[in-house]
Order: sequence, then structure tokens, then C-alpha cells
Amino acid sequence: MIEQLFTKAVLVGILSSGIRLATPYLYASIGETFSQRSGVLNLGVEGQMLLGAFAAFYVAFSTGNLWLGMLAAIITGLLMGLAMAFVSINLQAVQGISGIGFYLFGLGMSDLLFQKLLGTVETVSGFKPVYIPWLSDIPIIGEILFNQNILVYGAYFLVFAAWFVLNKTTLGLKIKAVGESPQAADSLGVSVKKVRYFAVGFGGIMSGIAGASLSIALLNVFQQNMTSGLGFIAIALVYFGGWRPFAVMGGALLFSMVNSLQLWVQVLNIPIPSDFAVMMPYVLTILALIVSVQRVRPPSALSKPFERGH
Amino acid sequence: MKKLKITLIMLLLAALLLPACAGEEAKVVEVAELFRVAVVMPSAITDLAFSQSMYDALVVIQEERGAENFEIVYSEGMFVVDDAAAAIRDYASQGFDLVIAHGSQYGSSLQEIAPDFLETSFAWGTTVDTFGMPNVFAYEAKSEEGGYVNGVMAAMLSESGVLGVVGPIETGDAKLYVDGFAVGAAATNADVQVNTNWIGSFADVALASEAAQTHIGAGADVLTGTAQMVVGAIGVAKENDVLWFGTQANQTSLAPSIVVANQVYHWEGILRQMIELIEGGTYGGQYYELTLTNGGLVIEFNADYALLDDIKAAADAAINGIVDGSITVFP
Repeated sequence: MIEQLFTKAVLVGILSSGIRLATPYLYASIGETFSQRSGVLNLGVEGQMLLGAFAAFYVAFSTGNLWLGMLAAIITGLLMGLAMAFVSINLQAVQGISGIGFYLFGLGMSDLLFQKLLGTVETVSGFKPVYIPWLSDIPIIGEILFNQNILVYGAYFLVFAAWFVLNKTTLGLKIKAVGESPQAADSLGVSVKKVRYFAVGFGGIMSGIAGASLSIALLNVFQQNMTSGLGFIAIALVYFGGWRPFAVMGGALLFSMVNSLQLWVQVLNIPIPSDFAVMMPYVLTILALIVSVQRVRPPSALSKPFERGH
Repeated sequence: MKKLKITLIMLLLAALLLPACAGEEAKVVEVAELFRVAVVMPSAITDLAFSQSMYDALVVIQEERGAENFEIVYSEGMFVVDDAAAAIRDYASQGFDLVIAHGSQYGSSLQEIAPDFLETSFAWGTTVDTFGMPNVFAYEAKSEEGGYVNGVMAAMLSESGVLGVVGPIETGDAKLYVDGFAVGAAATNADVQVNTNWIGSFADVALASEAAQTHIGAGADVLTGTAQMVVGAIGVAKENDVLWFGTQANQTSLAPSIVVANQVYHWEGILRQMIELIEGGTYGGQYYELTLTNGGLVIEFNADYALLDDIKAAADAAINGIVDGSITVFP
């Protein structure tokens, strides 16, 4: 039975589905990486995703234009991010609690809007897989990597871009400085407020896109609470990856690949109880977290509001 | 001090938003001699599945009796059992005639609450257990019956000989449906292979969609599934032009081109019986089941799908067989 897993069709299936499943995690956790690197713990990711998912779906559904849907998700995510930034930076609220507040707001508001504006589950024709000349034709690799929709490609491009910005640009340096030692950054003339606003706002946009990747690219429906905890897993992945984009991607891929593996294990009738199969991604992720040798320390100023002269 | 204040404000804000998140909504019509029903549901009244089937049934009864004589109040999206328990107690203390806890996960909460409100009638499902209490009704859907009928059709329609099933958690009416589907398929064509995927969640639309993708990758050309997260799977079926069989509610509107038939739960029959008993002074102690025989389960065919005559005939034969007892799904 187990050997069935190692046929070409199954391996291609597991890998390409793992790559798809990782997409929303990547957007949300890369956004959260920026936010946390700047010192702001945003626990409202799930709420931002739900509102982004609804905004994208509703606009795409009523206009028929997927890009307008994307724009709606971006604006919604940005507004949610700026609200979170205002509460945590200007009002200096306890971030853990205000984040949960924003989560509940997103959960409730997306459901309310869904009921008032749509009333029932509808579908849209979402982003289709994009054929890339030459690359999509490569056997196996083409099927796995280059037979996906644009938001999937975008998620992996984002990881490179995030790594570049954080490690190779002045902006990245500022973000990290503000998250490690806001006092020092401030004394050198870096505006802690501005940098954090940027990072949290960017995180909001990414969460909004994460929601859109579900509602108008991967699933093409909107349903109440459709993210079902995905945003919280994305936050866990940021810790898992030690606040480094490529490691975060590694975590997202590990979790998603094991999840798609367990789907195949069940479909191939390999005799493992379904309860154990669905546990696999969680158990393996925890194990990987335990055995990962390199211990990384969180940004020193994470979740600490900054006040000049304190 | 400042921090404390802000924390407090945020907490209050969160508390304020909590009811909104549960999606509680109340439509109250005040008239004397009114029959008042409150229902607590795990998902949305628009879920095209379990919760919607109950809400739609209550609306049917409201139309029969008139809105001025029949009040429906609901709390939907109560996936947190503690919140649901609070809502159930709340409705009971507000003096509703019937409080429905629509989800087997609410059982232990109900067992604690019901003895405190002996003048209120409670109903819960899907289960057979009334806890031996005089004010608790229990209800269940024999979903394996429609599962069997869907399985018969699916086995005949499949060209690849592989059927895929997307299930939530291996329990309750989901398990009955899935097992019935496999029995029906096997009874029709012993060579057909039924692959089942339990995704471990009633809400994870993304995983349900990927499960459907996996089935298609494994060669399935007819899919089915149960619970509210299957909207993700239906989307995938539609994209890939693979047939779909629904259950719990009529899911045709989501994908008119590929939905063949749905087993639909019609709770209105048993609700009528309960209401009659309550009005006569009996508040519980009975157990009800939805079956094809009593009309609680109905196979609704998609009129826009051109089902071949012999397959329709086989489905009708299966329905009749279950009704007249010549077919037992689980011997």
C-alpha cells in the first residue's frame, strides 16, 4: 500500500497541492513577519484575512473583475492594518488583546456583511492557472510548480522580495532596528512610529491578499469563518521560521505538504485512522520545532509599545 | 495607568463585538398566543447544509402558521460550545416554548440546562438520546438512506470506477451518510472503488477543496461530501467538470452543471409533531428520525442535469426498496 505513494502521479499531486495550500499562509505570515520584526505583535491576522476574503469576493462577484476584487482586499487589509497600528502605536494598547479584538471584529463584520450583501453562498470564476511558456512544459517540475494561478506565484515571489527588503535595503534595516532597539533607532533619527505604521500596514495588506487568495483564486467561494484558524497558524509559522522569510516559507511548506500527504494517505486507503492522519501536519510541525537546532530569539522590542524617553 | 485604561477599553470593545461574531440576530414579533422557537446552530443559516436545513424548516412552519403566531429566533455560527450553552440557557430563561440545540456537540450542555427549565421544551440532534428527561426531544437523520441512493447513481455514472467522498469528522450523520453511500455504490457495482477523506474539520473550506483535488488526482470522476465545508469541494468539482452529489441541503445553486441530486433534510414534519405535543402539554421524552419513508429525507434531483432514464429508474427503485423494507442499508 505504502509504495503507491511513490508513483509519479501521487508525488506530483502531493507537491502541487502542498504548494497551493501554503499560499495563504505565505502571504499572511510574511506580512506578520514584517509587523513583528518592527516590534508589533498583530494577532488580528485571521480577522484581516476574513475581511479581505469577503471584500475580494464581493467586489469580484458584483463587478466580474478579479483585479478590482484584489484591490478591494488590499484596501480592506490596509485599513485594518492601519487601525491596528493606531491602537498599538498611538494608543499603546496591549497588543495581544487588541489583536484578538481585531480578530473578533473581522470575524463578526465579514459574517454580517456576507449576510446583508450576499445572503447565501455564491461562487465566482476565480484566477485560473497561468501557463508559462517553456516552464510549464517541463515534465514533473512544470506540473508541480508552473501550473498554478497568479496568486500562488505571487506568494513565492513575495518570500524572495521580503528577504531582499529585510536584509539588503535601508528600509529593512530600519524595520529591524525599530524592532530590536527603538530607543537607539529613535536617537539616530529613525521615526519609530512611521516605520511601525509601514510594517503593520504592509502586514494588513498581505493578510487581505491572503484572504483574497482563498476567496477568488483557490476556493472561489465565501463562507462564514472560512479561514477557520488559518491566520493563527500563520502567526505560529512566523515563530517557527524565526522571523526569517525563507525559514517561514519552509515551515509553511512543511505543514502544507504533510497536510496534502495525509489527504493522499486516506485516498489511497492506507490503513491509518483518519484521526491520526489529520493530526500528522500538526505533530510533524511541533516535532520540527523541537529538533530545529538553531534557536532564534524574537525581536527584542516585540509587543512593547515605544514611548520617547522611557 | 494609561495602559490599563486602554486594555480595559479594548476588552470592553471585544466584549461588545462578541455577540456580533456569533452572528446572533433576533426577529421578534409580539402577539398573544404566540408559539416561540429559539434555535442555536453551529454554522450559518445560509450554509447550504446542516444549519440551513433546520432554519428553512422553521420558516416553512412559520409560513403555515403565520408570522404573527410563530416566532423564530436564532443564534448561528455557535461553533464554540460554551457560547452555545450560554445562548441555550438564555433562551430558556426568556420563556421560549421550544429551544432547539441543533448539533450533537451541544448535548452535555443541554443535559445540564434542561432540568432547570422543566416548563420549557428542548430538542437536540442528531442523536437518539433524550437523557430520559420529560422536557427533551431528540432527533436524528437516517442519512445513510439518501447516501445509499446517491451511491447507486454515482456508481452507475462513474466511467473511471472511482468515487471520492469528502467528510468532516467520522461521526454522527456524516458517518452514516458516507457509509450508506459506500454500501449503495458497492451494491450497484462491486468493482467500483470508493475513496473517503475525513479532513478533521467542519469549517476548513481550503482543506475540503484540496481533498476534492486529491480525489480527482486519484482518478475519481464523481464526488460527494457532507457538512458545510464542502462548498470548497463543490467548487473544485465544478472547475474540473466532475459530478457532485449533495446532502443535508439542496446544493444545486452552487454548481448547476454538475450537481446530479441532493438528499435534503426536511425537519418540518418532526417539528410539527413536536409542536403539537408541546401545545398538548407534553414537553419531551420522544425521539424522532428523518427517513425516506416519513418524508423527512427527500432526494431532490437537479432538473437541469440530464440524468439518464435507467439511472433515474435505479434511483427510484432504491428509494422504493428502502421505503418498503426490501433494502436495508446496514443489515
